[in-house]
Amino acid sequence: ALGVSAVSTPALASATDERIKAFAGDAELREGRISLTAPEIAENGNTVPIEVKVESPMTKDDYVSEVMVLADGNPMPGVITFLFSPMSGEATATTRIRLATTQNVIAVAKMSNGSVFMEKKNVKVTIGGCGG
Amino acid sequence: MATAKPRVKLPDKATKGEVITIKTLVSHPMESGQRKDRKTGEKIPRMIINKFTATFNGQQVFGANIEPAVSANPYLEFTMKVEESGKFEFVWVDDAGTTYKTEKGIEVTG
Amino acid sequence: AWTALAARQGLMSEAELLAFPEFGNVTLVHLTDIHAQLKPIFFREPSINIGVGEAAGKPPHVTGKEFLELYKIEPGSPEAFALTYEDFAALAKTYGRMGGIDRIATVLKSIRADREGRVLFLDGGDTWQGSYTSLKTQGADMVEVMNHLEPDAMTAHWEFTFGIDRVREIVDNLPFAFLGQNIFDNEWDEPAFEAYKMFERGGSKIAVIGQAFPYLPIANPRWMFPKLSFGIREQNVQQNVDAARAAGADVVVLLSHNGFDVDRKLASRVTGIDVILTGHTHDAIPEPVIVDKTLLVASGSHGKFLSRLDLDVRDGQVKGYKYKLIPIFSDVITPDKSMTELVDKVRAPYEAELKTVVGKADTLLYRRGNFNGTFDDLICDALLSEREADIALSPGFRWGTSVLPGQDITVEDIYNATGMTYPAAYRSEMTGARLKEILEDVADNLFNPDPYYQQGGDMVRVGGMGYAIDVSQTIGNRISDMTLLKSGEPIDPQKTYIVAGWASVAEATEGPPIWDVVTSYIKRVGTVQGKPNQSVLVKA
Ligand SMILES: [Mn+2]
Ligand SMILES: [Mn+2]
Repeated sequence: ALGVSAVSTPALASATDERIKAFAGDAELREGRISLTAPEIAENGNTVPIEVKVESPMTKDDYVSEVMVLADGNPMPGVITFLFSPMSGEATATTRIRLATTQNVIAVAKMSNGSVFMEKKNVKVTIGGCGG
Repeated sequence: MATAKPRVKLPDKATKGEVITIKTLVSHPMESGQRKDRKTGEKIPRMIINKFTATFNGQQVFGANIEPAVSANPYLEFTMKVEESGKFEFVWVDDAGTTYKTEKGIEVTG
Repeated sequence: AWTALAARQGLMSEAELLAFPEFGNVTLVHLTDIHAQLKPIFFREPSINIGVGEAAGKPPHVTGKEFLELYKIEPGSPEAFALTYEDFAALAKTYGRMGGIDRIATVLKSIRADREGRVLFLDGGDTWQGSYTSLKTQGADMVEVMNHLEPDAMTAHWEFTFGIDRVREIVDNLPFAFLGQNIFDNEWDEPAFEAYKMFERGGSKIAVIGQAFPYLPIANPRWMFPKLSFGIREQNVQQNVDAARAAGADVVVLLSHNGFDVDRKLASRVTGIDVILTGHTHDAIPEPVIVDKTLLVASGSHGKFLSRLDLDVRDGQVKGYKYKLIPIFSDVITPDKSMTELVDKVRAPYEAELKTVVGKADTLLYRRGNFNGTFDDLICDALLSEREADIALSPGFRWGTSVLPGQDITVEDIYNATGMTYPAAYRSEMTGARLKEILEDVADNLFNPDPYYQQGGDMVRVGGMGYAIDVSQTIGNRISDMTLLKSGEPIDPQKTYIVAGWASVAEATEGPPIWDVVTSYIKRVGTVQGKPNQSVLVKA
């Protein structure tokens, strides 16, 4: 029933907080507008699909400039930063990431006016192996 | 030593103002710098793709700053609102400074 | 013979089992989790099936006497025998075996004759795996037999454990739809199979959306289908429902292999599904469970039941329904002759082997239950003894048939409990800490209060070790008091133990196939004496 699960030292919570602080600057962290899609249980911790989507008109005056993705249980929290432009049409992007263990994936979006929105999702990384 | 092979999927044609989806894949081990060599016990040096940019007719439309937690063979999917025919250029850069490029055109009508 | 006689004398009649009031214009017939059982079988329903979170105390997490009270079923009645574990061995002698694909064929024929042009017959998956013959033919026996029943669509789970090449080979030649809205290629993230199909029955348009088992690459070996990704993909379900409605569907059906609790949650979050035909968790529930406007139907397993749901569809809406969970009492329902012949034909090359007697059961052998089953105790004993281990682990599968006290144990019985494509009985060293981690992980797959984190199996069965479990705790905190039974000593997290098990999802696992281990053990002991298993303490 049993494969092998990866075990790692979780990143210090402060390392994640520091990355968020450095990204957001003085802006207040707000909820809403950003959604993060990830599987409830990872099929393979080495390649976990994640999608970020931010509500925005994506015009020259009002668009999403970047979205930073972090994983708070990896040895280092950094994952990727997506860089959007008004030409993106929509602020949506997908990639595949490594998760060493069950943890939160965090996405932080920065708007062209400097406001910042945050969302997180817990992804379970399991040993697996049984069924009906 | 250009070992990375980029692949891209996007429509050949679109109508003006349409938001198209672009999918990109590049084969690359994304050596995280965290792994140890089983025989020697020494850390295997980090060697990842750390930057991606997509330009359209010379203007950057999308990019990504990539860290070691992105999986091997990095996959990126994103969108673009197309207003005119033109050419996309996709560029990946790794830790050694090597660049991998591919281009694709799109015909925009209406 | 007495059983058949009593049945014919009016205790139960075929006409009674098939009776259904004239109603509506669309009939859905649902068969699921037959696990390759072509012949009538015994299958004991679980005594323990704990629900957590919002599912606590709700069907299917109601068993035994409480189940009988909830559905007003007379103890000792045919329905009580079919739906609960109470007095199972005694009632089995009265009411006989259930299922048999030739009996199912008779029921299906009768419904189709009654409801010409109005019937959709849907197979919920776990169809090709679970027997000696399906293993030897890589599912060909089941494909041939099911094709004869002419389903309109199916979805899948264990089918994929024959490997992606075999699945493709079969699906390419399947005369009906193989649906899975949640199956994607993991390279370009594009649909790998058809998501839904539109049918027209009784003047209405019915969209059937397929939902394969979401956790295939976790619960089963992903190296067998390395390029596929599954998952619940709830947003995608909604998109498919909306697309089907936009395409004119009057009725939207989700043919699901999610498991019941996952479907209950999904029904509360996705709008526009009229009916979910549930599968995977093997629940048999005599009435639909209604969540908002969605009917959830649970049709049992191993061919014991066939669900019939008649719908009154008018003005693009379901106006009403009538439902019957039809128990397939094999002594009451006349076998369909052409199907009996086909079953005999596909089994013929293996019949001598299937019938071979290996030993005898002194007590009832069964599998279902959250923590242990006597058939799994037998498998664990075999692993401990034949592989000379301290501790044995056997997966919490929900498939496998029962053997009555006093019956012979045949090769067929052993494969009904073990027949699958990654059977290696491994022997390895594990620390006490690792054992705890495994138990905690599996317990969370079963008892996480959010059903989307549940995988729908039962707890891993353990031999040679006792433990206590508090299902209400969180991962890492449910399991305690792990004890090595042979010494009575607590399990030491640092110490290494010899562990034997089977059905590892890791590629290239080494060891003899589990059926050989079990066979050689039974041959040695002759008569299997089941003892009550008291090594798992469930804390309230
Ligand atoms: Mn099943
Ligand atoms: Mn299943």
